[in-house]
Amino acid sequence: MIEPVTMPMPAAPRTIEEARAILAQDHGPRLTLMEVCGTHTSAIAASGLRALLPTSVRLVSGPGCPVCVTPSSYIDRLCELALQPGHLVLCFGDLIRVPGHHSSLSEAMAGGGQVRMIYSPLDALKVCQDNPNLTIVMAAVGFETTAPSYALLLKRAIAGDIRNLRLLTALRRMPPALDLLCAADNAIDGFLAPGHVSAILGSKAYEPFAAQYHKPFVIAGFQPTEVLIGIARLVQLCRREKERQAEDDLADDRDWSEIVENLYPAIVRPEGNPRAQAVLAEVFRYEPAVWRGLGEIDESGYRLAGDFAAYDAGPLEAGIEQELPGCKCGDMMLGRLEPRDCPLFGKTCRPDHPVGPCMVSSEGVCGIHYRYSEQGY
Amino acid sequence: MLIQLSHGGGGGATAQLVQSVFAGRFKNPYLQRMEDSAVIDLNGPLAYTTDSFVITPLFFPGGDIGRLAIAGTVNDLLMMGARPRFLTAGFILEEGLAIADLERIAESMAQAAAEAGVELVAADTKVVEGKGGLYINTSGLGPIDSLHPVRANLAQPGDAILVSGPLGDHQACIMSQRMGIQNGIQSDVAPLNGPVRALLDQGLAVHCLRDATRGGLTTVLNELAATSGCAAELEEAAIPVRPETRALCEVLGLDPLTMANEGKFVAIVAAEAADQALDILKQCPQSAGACRIGTMTAGSGVILNTRIGGRRRLNIPWYEGLPRIC
Repeated sequence: MIEPVTMPMPAAPRTIEEARAILAQDHGPRLTLMEVCGTHTSAIAASGLRALLPTSVRLVSGPGCPVCVTPSSYIDRLCELALQPGHLVLCFGDLIRVPGHHSSLSEAMAGGGQVRMIYSPLDALKVCQDNPNLTIVMAAVGFETTAPSYALLLKRAIAGDIRNLRLLTALRRMPPALDLLCAADNAIDGFLAPGHVSAILGSKAYEPFAAQYHKPFVIAGFQPTEVLIGIARLVQLCRREKERQAEDDLADDRDWSEIVENLYPAIVRPEGNPRAQAVLAEVFRYEPAVWRGLGEIDESGYRLAGDFAAYDAGPLEAGIEQELPGCKCGDMMLGRLEPRDCPLFGKTCRPDHPVGPCMVSSEGVCGIHYRYSEQGY
Repeated sequence: MLIQLSHGGGGGATAQLVQSVFAGRFKNPYLQRMEDSAVIDLNGPLAYTTDSFVITPLFFPGGDIGRLAIAGTVNDLLMMGARPRFLTAGFILEEGLAIADLERIAESMAQAAAEAGVELVAADTKVVEGKGGLYINTSGLGPIDSLHPVRANLAQPGDAILVSGPLGDHQACIMSQRMGIQNGIQSDVAPLNGPVRALLDQGLAVHCLRDATRGGLTTVLNELAATSGCAAELEEAAIPVRPETRALCEVLGLDPLTMANEGKFVAIVAAEAADQALDILKQCPQSAGACRIGTMTAGSGVILNTRIGGRRRLNIPWYEGLPRIC
């Protein structure tokens, strides 16, 4: 392997002060960094972290809000089921107000639909036992982080001979979406990788992307300090990588794993969580799936497989996702635009009247920007 | 014994219910006359308010709907610089409500009223079809006798912003109960006569008072800032939130600064009175955790200086927060 002549890797910041110093001293061509996960987007906004970024660093948000990427047709189907006699829909709170094409679950409830908010997928078991005459439809939405608990729920349902449970699935896999993000013409220089998803997949999951697309990944926790340190580290890695690439240091035998850094080692291991991975492999198979705002991505959905398919509430009608004209959510999730670049933001598209998916959830980028910006009313 | 529709018929069953549940617990000359109205004698100016209480569950750690119905109305009077004196209560009972529960609630109301030094001078009970629910409306009256006027539009740049204790506990408690989450979080529901009257009776230059109920601190400060035509600037590190409440909020993706309290208030006081006001609050049991959290400044809105050195606006939430997926 050819020894690089570039500067040695600088030490990672360990404190708020060190991280702030790195950001304050940064200069050079503009870096665009993407935080993939909605929880990171939320932490960045809540901690006022943007005020600490130099003009040379721009943060954009990715498609890491599970509610936002859930297709409208899925919400429509949930509403139909909620209104069907003998059915009770269970879901997490942040799905309640998400609009489908026709209505939201909140509106379905007002019209007599049976919907109950739960805290953990496993709560569904008791609801099934308490209501043997109802078909309990669990709205299974989320990424790798949440999918294992649905898998566990079904294994327990089978073990307990519970038969009145169905899952309407819109579970999504992050790696195929990351691949799309890396390949898109969005000028993203580096990624703040989603901490919870990484706990399942492991830090090694990012190495193929680093190798193929030559972009650094930093895995960080969700405390404001962790996010700040993660972003400062990502800036360091991106600057160094730019320098190496300027020296044409793209040798095939380079060890690209060095630009994937795990700053959340207490939770994220290199191999991830093998038990969660095993249960996912047992219960689900991959299928092409539609992401609201991004379209269909191959192998990006989880579908119940084998014996577990008996619990499937059925596929959605393969409708085309019609977003309203002018909605820029797709560009937003690919990191091409920021909320203020969208002509609808804060005007026709507001939390009380969301036009696109990024405005609907507490972790959607437009909703977050609206809540924390001066445009909030 | 359960409440039945006949308990609302106005006949013997109604009279018996009123006698057995309410009459013994709310003894005062006004009620004992059992007339169509209470006749009271008060000199103005008076503060007069009403509020309705609809909460599930009816009983929760730290309180119940009865205590809430007294504290809520008493606190609204206090926030105007008034001395709460008289309350009325309207009960809407759904059939199926256990009479034992109603008795517990009446007992709790009587206790809270005694704490707050108010008398329940008129009441009404109705029964409707339903599933054992209970709704209470209370209204309250009290003379305003503070030395300085206390109004939402009197905050000025330079004034100190105080809160009377840790935020978010009431809503965190109710959410935990509704979601079946086991923890030690208790509602802070309490009448605030002690700390508020201590501030007012000292004659301190208190400009605004507001209890941080629905919408939490964020909503209250936005309203006070807008009405007074200035801004509020807060230091995140100075805002008190109990560790257990903070942990619950982090897990569920909620913001304790927008969550409801039922026994906490914001006081905006002249800069020179701030230290004394804080000392007084810390000596009252209900506001022992009081803190100075920021300063009113020129400008508009509410600005938060965060722990990591960032800065952002606190905007009024559009909806009540709902727990998130991951």
